[in-house]
Amino acid sequence: MSTEPQTDIRDGYAEKYGFHDTEQHVFKSRKGLDEAIVREISQMKGEPEWMLDYRLKALEIFGKKPMPTWGGDVGAIDFQDIYYYVKPTKEEFKSWEDVPEDMKRTFDKLGIPEAEQKFLSGVGAQYDSEVVYHKIQEKLEKQGVIFLSMDHGLQQYPELVKQYFGTVIPSSDNKFAALNSSVWSGGSFIYVPKGVHVDVPLQAYFRINTKDMGQFERTLIIVDEDAYVHYVEGCTAPIYSSDSLHSAVVEIVVKKGGRCRYTTIQNWSNNVYNLVTKRAVAYANATMEWVDGNLGSKLTMKYPAIYMMEPGAHGEVLSIAFAGKGQHQDAGAKAVHCAPNTSSKIISKSISKDGGRAGYRGLVKVMKGAENCRSTVNCDALILDEHSRSDTYPYMEIEEDNVTIGHEATVSKIGDEQLFYLTARGIPEEEAAAMIVSGFIEPVVKELPMEYAVEMNRLIQLQMEGSVG
Amino acid sequence: MNGDLMVKDLHVSVEGKEILKGLSLEVKKGEVHAIMGPNGSGKSTFANTLMGHPKYEVTSGDILFKGESILEMETDERARAGLFMAFQYPVAIPGLTFGSFLRAALNARIAPSAGEDGKMPTKKGIPPKEFRDLMKKHMAALKMDEKFATRYLNDGFSGGEKKRAEILQMAILKPEIAIMDETDSGLDIDALKIVSEGVNTLSGPDLGVIVITHYNRILNYIKPHKIHVMKDGRIQATGGPELALELESRGYDWVREEVGTR
Ligand SMILES: Nc1ncnc2c1ncn2[C@@H]1O[C@H](COP(=O)(O)OP(=O)(O)OP(=O)(O)O)[C@@H](O)[C@H]1O
Ligand SMILES: [Mg+2]
Repeated sequence: MSTEPQTDIRDGYAEKYGFHDTEQHVFKSRKGLDEAIVREISQMKGEPEWMLDYRLKALEIFGKKPMPTWGGDVGAIDFQDIYYYVKPTKEEFKSWEDVPEDMKRTFDKLGIPEAEQKFLSGVGAQYDSEVVYHKIQEKLEKQGVIFLSMDHGLQQYPELVKQYFGTVIPSSDNKFAALNSSVWSGGSFIYVPKGVHVDVPLQAYFRINTKDMGQFERTLIIVDEDAYVHYVEGCTAPIYSSDSLHSAVVEIVVKKGGRCRYTTIQNWSNNVYNLVTKRAVAYANATMEWVDGNLGSKLTMKYPAIYMMEPGAHGEVLSIAFAGKGQHQDAGAKAVHCAPNTSSKIISKSISKDGGRAGYRGLVKVMKGAENCRSTVNCDALILDEHSRSDTYPYMEIEEDNVTIGHEATVSKIGDEQLFYLTARGIPEEEAAAMIVSGFIEPVVKELPMEYAVEMNRLIQLQMEGSVG
Repeated sequence: MNGDLMVKDLHVSVEGKEILKGLSLEVKKGEVHAIMGPNGSGKSTFANTLMGHPKYEVTSGDILFKGESILEMETDERARAGLFMAFQYPVAIPGLTFGSFLRAALNARIAPSAGEDGKMPTKKGIPPKEFRDLMKKHMAALKMDEKFATRYLNDGFSGGEKKRAEILQMAILKPEIAIMDETDSGLDIDALKIVSEGVNTLSGPDLGVIVITHYNRILNYIKPHKIHVMKDGRIQATGGPELALELESRGYDWVREEVGTR
């Protein structure tokens, strides 16, 4: 991939997240992608035949699909210059003690074991291609909640996985979904039984360590009737002078009366292409909420979607995208109303600074016959200087008359008058700008659990450092 | 001794256009001054220049605060040094609560090292509880609802609420020289009384106040030592309270006719 030297200009990223361990793995595929690599991955995982077939079909689709020509510039990605499978350890561990020292130290530094103790009910930690640590509270296990790595999910619940895998996002959905479907590894598998409420969040953390690598985790979440789960994912990577690729597929099924909240705090280093397909289907009176924070990466293309399949379904996407120097955040949302009396709400807050480009690309679609739907879209952009850019592409496809659709969009420059007001009270300019930005994203941040809200504001602070003056 | 604030033959341009054309003024702590003058005469320009608004360019003259020129100081440094301006039009900052904003401002004010490296001091400032009590006390005096602390800064505040919020900030930040830009405009009589009382309580030997106003009515409540008439970017006349009455009956035009060319 590109060899142009690149550093993460976000002060402090290098020290806190941008470090890397000496490379260690028990297996590393050769660079590049072909049928042999796909077979090798599947064989090493000891997968059932149907999954191998699934992968091979997806590989074929990947080869045929053109690269997207909209969104961000993906032209520089060289698919033959990537390691598709890097297996860090022989197995997945249930105790941090067993995780190899280097990896454990990395996750310690990222605060994962500590968070697990304090405010999570289960944690999965993926390092390169595989999950190295996975654990769920016994109490939940007893209630029948399944929280496993996708690989263990497939091993232990092959029927359940087969029933849903690829049903929400088929391999043919887009080029990167096809890529993921052919080489996927790691990710989470979650099943929450009828009526069970997982009140304390489950979290997965994705860490890339190896240079020139592609990470392709695959997540499937099934929330049964009247059940609830909050799943949180975080991710970081070392700073390398060449690019990495992260391309995930996340499929979610929320059954009648269920509710799922999926929170992402994406903080990849500025050399990562983050091209992710996320989609949920929500049935009668079910609620799906995507809370999506994008701060890192070189290019992010991500539009979490909700298909409201039956009456009463509700979908929300609350998203923050922050693009600094050399970053492009093409974030957005998709709400598809397939049934009457469904509702959706989209709030997007994008911030661009130091020549960064952030935007909202969204679609609200109402199918014929989906009467009495309601949808509101609010997208606000804040541009911090004249070198930076914001784009808004709000698409609407409304095939039904009897619906209520609201759309509001604002673009503002960080107000000189706002900065002056705060500095006139003695607040240093850099701090003042960070306060204005924190205020701007507050409507989304207040939806986060306290610990993540604090984390989010800290990351914003990090992004803002050295920004003005 | 010279005044704590000395403005010497100040010339200020905005976007290349000269607005202040030789303004001189001296204010000591313990004094209250009023500046009156027609719309567009440069009163807000003066206030903004005092605080170092980047749009206002000082082309000649000087501003001394406690004996030192402040022209090279950034806005936040001036504020921490003890200058304060109550804004004519306070801007809204959605998402930032009034309470957390004011606490950050106070912490900056009481930590002299703040901002040296562009950052807030790392050492803890005023403890939250102590701050809440302090704020409550002053809010009660200004008859402000306690809910104010959790509202977003100036966001959806009524005209009167904004003005009270400015006084509250002044009370908590304890400046040495404060310039109040039409804090009395848009206030009903009750609010005017409350705001004036606020100023009267705050003024004293440690504070010098400059009140910019269009109306005599505030002079019923605040008794300035000196009244200045500003016109065409300069102080054209200075006098005692009788000057205000004169302005009331004769308007601003006579100032130029009689004294404006001196
Ligand atoms: N930021 C600015 N940009 C452009 N012009 C400005 C700016 N600030 C002031 N001016 C101009 O300078 C002149 C003086 O304006 P200023 O606001 O200082 O008057 P003022 O005495 O405060 O008036 P008022 O009584 O209406 O508040 C006006 O012609 C105004 O248009
Ligand atoms: Mg004015």
